[in-house]
Amino acid sequence: MSAPGVRFAGSADHAGAPLFSGIALDLVAGGWTCLLGVSGVGKTTILRMIAGLETGATFTGTIEAADRGALEGRVAYMAQSDLLLPWATVRENVTIGARLRGERADMARADRLVAEVGLADHAGRKPHALSGGQRQRVALARTLMEDREIILLDEPFSALDARTRAEMQELAYDLLKGRTVLLVTHDPGEAARLADRIVVMTEARTVEAEPPNTPAPRAFGDPELLQAQARLMTMLRSE
Amino acid sequence: MNRFLGGLFALLIALGLWQAIVSLSDVPRFILPPPALVFETWMANRALLAEHTLVTATEIALGLLIGGALGIATAMALAASEIARVTMRPVLVFTQALPVFALAPILTLWLGFGLGSKIAMAVLIIYFPITSAFFDGLMRTPSGFLDLARTMGASRSSTLWHIRVPAALPALGSGLRLAAVYAPIGAVIGEWVGSSQGLGYLMLLANGRAKTDLMFAALFTLGLLSIALYLAVNWITLAWLRRHTPGA
Repeated sequence: MSAPGVRFAGSADHAGAPLFSGIALDLVAGGWTCLLGVSGVGKTTILRMIAGLETGATFTGTIEAADRGALEGRVAYMAQSDLLLPWATVRENVTIGARLRGERADMARADRLVAEVGLADHAGRKPHALSGGQRQRVALARTLMEDREIILLDEPFSALDARTRAEMQELAYDLLKGRTVLLVTHDPGEAARLADRIVVMTEARTVEAEPPNTPAPRAFGDPELLQAQARLMTMLRSE
Repeated sequence: MNRFLGGLFALLIALGLWQAIVSLSDVPRFILPPPALVFETWMANRALLAEHTLVTATEIALGLLIGGALGIATAMALAASEIARVTMRPVLVFTQALPVFALAPILTLWLGFGLGSKIAMAVLIIYFPITSAFFDGLMRTPSGFLDLARTMGASRSSTLWHIRVPAALPALGSGLRLAAVYAPIGAVIGEWVGSSQGLGYLMLLANGRAKTDLMFAALFTLGLLSIALYLAVNWITLAWLRRHTPGA
């Protein structure tokens, strides 16, 4: 898969008050871009705008893919909440996209993806019978099932415990290889671990930060990662 | 089980009070018969009561089915279409502002003394609670589900069918349970206005002939019927919801 880069540039205001202005965000083609910022700074708004979702804000500027422009139908979305339908089984949740579009779901592919996220034995279960980490795995399989070039991740790992979060980061990094990923996060460690490009967003400005030199996903003891994490932390606190 | 025992205890106290009032106040039997007499009458007339219970139960059951179907259809139409919401909602609220009981005489005139007018009354009484409960549920779909459907390229109708309707089923369940409580009221009002059968008819007849014991026997039968109906609907909806959305 040769996923395109995405360019987001513009300003937004909400009920007359500026939300952000003159932000330029370029997503690495086929790589991970992390948008890092404290809560409430507007990261999610940017992600939702790229996803084509309602934000309540008025946007002026451009949001386009580097190759053909339009993003419609090329984007998959994963949120902090797993958004699994409680009445549907794991398999049904993974194939919900096809059903929503009135298409026939490729069940063999769904089963393969469920197995890839390590839940082959749980395909017939409903979400309430799964742990938080397992539920996010199902959400990841559902995202992969959509087979889109651009993946938008809105803090999908932030509600998980430390060990599960690390496992999910590695799994997602592995399975989303080759796709253009935007990860919105408030965790400098997560950004330093996964990003090919890091953009730090504060109330005052949006600046690019140097990612570690080592290949992602970086080991927790990687000195490059630790230094990057410290730099990012300083940037977040300096504004 | 504790709740059951508690209810039984309350019932015994109420019966005791009733008996005490009758014994102490010397009130004539045709005004307030003692509970023991009501029970005796109830046993003696059980065939008659069963016959009329069957009629009322049929009216309620058909009323629930038809009213439920209409309410579900209306709620879905309202949820699916902005035009439907703008035009039909005021009408719905207006019809709900009318006392449905006031329509009973005209329904009897139009539909006759048989089952039709009673079913119509039951339908009218439960239509709004079901519509309103289900519609509220349909409009309160968690926004994350809708975001997901949007990024997946879902149409409005498939979002309604695959996401909003299943997510609203618990709300529909509440509406149905409420309807189970209201439906008997509709049927009995219909019978009071004009009928030759049913527990409501029997109550009026007994009352008119000063057979107050029979009136009370019919009233208690109606109470039992309503409770049984509520428990049945409650059990069915909860069992169904547990299968549909476990853990919710």
